[in-house]
Amino acid sequence: MTTTGESLDRPFLSVTDLAVAFPTEDGLVRAVDGVSFSIERGRTLAIVGESGSGKSVTAQAIMGLINRRAASVSGEIWLDGQELVGLPEDEVQALRGSQMAMIFQDPMSSLHPFYRIGDQITEAIRVHRNVGPAAARREAIEMLRRVGIPAVERRVDDYPHQLSGGMRQRVMIAMALINSPALLIADEPTTALDVTVQAQILELISTLKADFGTTVILITHDLGIVADVADEVAVMYGGRIVEVAPTEVLYNRPEMPYTLGLLSSVPRMDRELPERLDPIPGNPPSPINLPIGCVFQPRCNYSDRVADGACSSRRPDLVATAPDHLVRCHLPAQERREISINVLRVLAGGAQ
Amino acid sequence: MTDGTREILRVSDLRTYFPVRSRGIIPRTIGQVKAVDGIDLAILSGETLGLVGESGSGKTTVARSVLLLVRPTGGRIEIDGQEITGLSSRALMSVRRKAQMIFQDPYNALNPRHTVGGIISAPFRIQGVEPPGGVKAAVQELMERVGMNPEHYNRYPNEFSGGQRQRIGIARAIALRPKLIVCDEPVSALDVSIQAQIINLLRDLQREFGVAYLFVAHDLAVVRQISHRVSVMYLGHIMETAPRRVIYSAPLHPYTHSLLSAVPIPDPKRQRERARIVLQGDLPSPINPPSGCVFRTRCFQAQEHCAVEVPPLVEIASGHWVACHFPVATLPAGMLTGRVALAAQPDVPVRRPQPVHGQAHQ
Repeated sequence: MTTTGESLDRPFLSVTDLAVAFPTEDGLVRAVDGVSFSIERGRTLAIVGESGSGKSVTAQAIMGLINRRAASVSGEIWLDGQELVGLPEDEVQALRGSQMAMIFQDPMSSLHPFYRIGDQITEAIRVHRNVGPAAARREAIEMLRRVGIPAVERRVDDYPHQLSGGMRQRVMIAMALINSPALLIADEPTTALDVTVQAQILELISTLKADFGTTVILITHDLGIVADVADEVAVMYGGRIVEVAPTEVLYNRPEMPYTLGLLSSVPRMDRELPERLDPIPGNPPSPINLPIGCVFQPRCNYSDRVADGACSSRRPDLVATAPDHLVRCHLPAQERREISINVLRVLAGGAQ
Repeated sequence: MTDGTREILRVSDLRTYFPVRSRGIIPRTIGQVKAVDGIDLAILSGETLGLVGESGSGKTTVARSVLLLVRPTGGRIEIDGQEITGLSSRALMSVRRKAQMIFQDPYNALNPRHTVGGIISAPFRIQGVEPPGGVKAAVQELMERVGMNPEHYNRYPNEFSGGQRQRIGIARAIALRPKLIVCDEPVSALDVSIQAQIINLLRDLQREFGVAYLFVAHDLAVVRQISHRVSVMYLGHIMETAPRRVIYSAPLHPYTHSLLSAVPIPDPKRQRERARIVLQGDLPSPINPPSGCVFRTRCFQAQEHCAVEVPPLVEIASGHWVACHFPVATLPAGMLTGRVALAAQPDVPVRRPQPVHGQAHQ
């Protein structure tokens, strides 16, 4: 990441020290607590985490969807040379839908139930571009065809409720991509779908990504989907990024104990059946009352190996262990790697 | 499995239809949703039968029908040898001692106005059972058994996380030491780290008490972890039933193949090199299901005959039941190369090259 340089040597998207906090009656909820990452153009970054990890709030902050009266947002978000934090609402609005777009788990959060799908997409075109109604409609039909809506000429005048869940998801994707945004954020895009439909949608996203060169942030809890589509992975826990690495590295040489815990928790079909799963003990932390030191310390099996109880008193930094591999952990790198090798060996124990 | 011979549940030709009514002042029944349309299954004591399928397959309706939470339209259900479909609500009470349920949503399955102690002791109260040592001691023992702090006896459900609430539901279900627990998507609302804790707990309880599970879920990896045998459902019918190892390594039904190939595995290299079948379109409407085999409209094996005759569920090898006219042991060669890009034209039947028909091995 560059510091003050020209926008030219800045990555396509860079987020620095992003923090989002919501004041509530019970105290300040630090949903995102100092998140930094960057993505080069055309790449796919997966943000992985469990509920409450702050992954969706990070995405909403990038999209400018956090209500500034209800929450405080600080830090920097640079998209293609433009700082988004603190940008006036109308300027963010102009970027949303043209430069960046988002798809959600529930397509009905993007689609209006009272309007025909074709009209909704046509409107999305005409809000951002000076295109006549007939041309916009033609473009909408073409896009719906691209995302695999069958019998488009007939379907274009359907209302959302007339479509199945998978079809609505396609319409939402069509609407998100209609103005060729440079950045697409997909927040759990397939979680509500069946596996066979999920396979169709993931296939579609990767095809469209290849065709349009879109940069994608994929937010998910499913490590199988990440393995399928991501170039890089950021693992979030308790509002912080705890590990970032290229996908291959994250699965084969993870170093943060939480990442290891996630990989051990998932039942998987490609391995000989383990007698028992090896879950992470305990529960995720409350975002109102985050642990003082490392957020994962209360559930970590290895924190007693660190001298002076540093894990429960001092917050570890996100430090490079290899050029593109960052880890937030007090354990010495050598020890982390040994732990990782051992855990993965046990996991692969029965591999055929 | 402990006592491997006794049948705890037997379901024969179970049918559960829901009426479709017209709108208007005088609604008329204009059709039926055949949510479950003639299925057979059996579970032995101490055994777990996994029931998998996509949404709309009817798996949840099976779960609810088995305990008569919805009244089946036809068929027989025997719990521990007793036929229950004809029983009155009163007579059902004694059956419910033997068969309990765990629900998907740990938020809606617990009464928010009752304390944890009140919730877990409800089965004792309702059934008029006085456990030795008193109700409170029994409840606290149950709480401890499912991994909760017994001192939280007087807390309310909203003070607990989803995983903890699911533990409350489990404690309530095992209170009377039932012989069968129907689990309807018990871990699908939970985060992965919590999900693994609950799966382990369910397995431990099975070892300890010899309880049988009907485990309904859509997540094939989870079902593999916990089941001894697995049934695959599609549009109200069972497509394939087999021991776990056979379902996952040597399935014969084209739908089972498709389903397994669609589950992404958490290994980037293997996942990207893997062959997969991307099924066309969506589940057909259960109001107007396809003639013949219900899967034929999305099947890569479908032939004309499939539209004519419903394939019966037949035992191809010992314990391996398949409902298909053209079962396949291995996928046709053309389908095994990398990403199978069939997704572009959904709802359009794809003509595949004539596949090699399965030699049902074993």
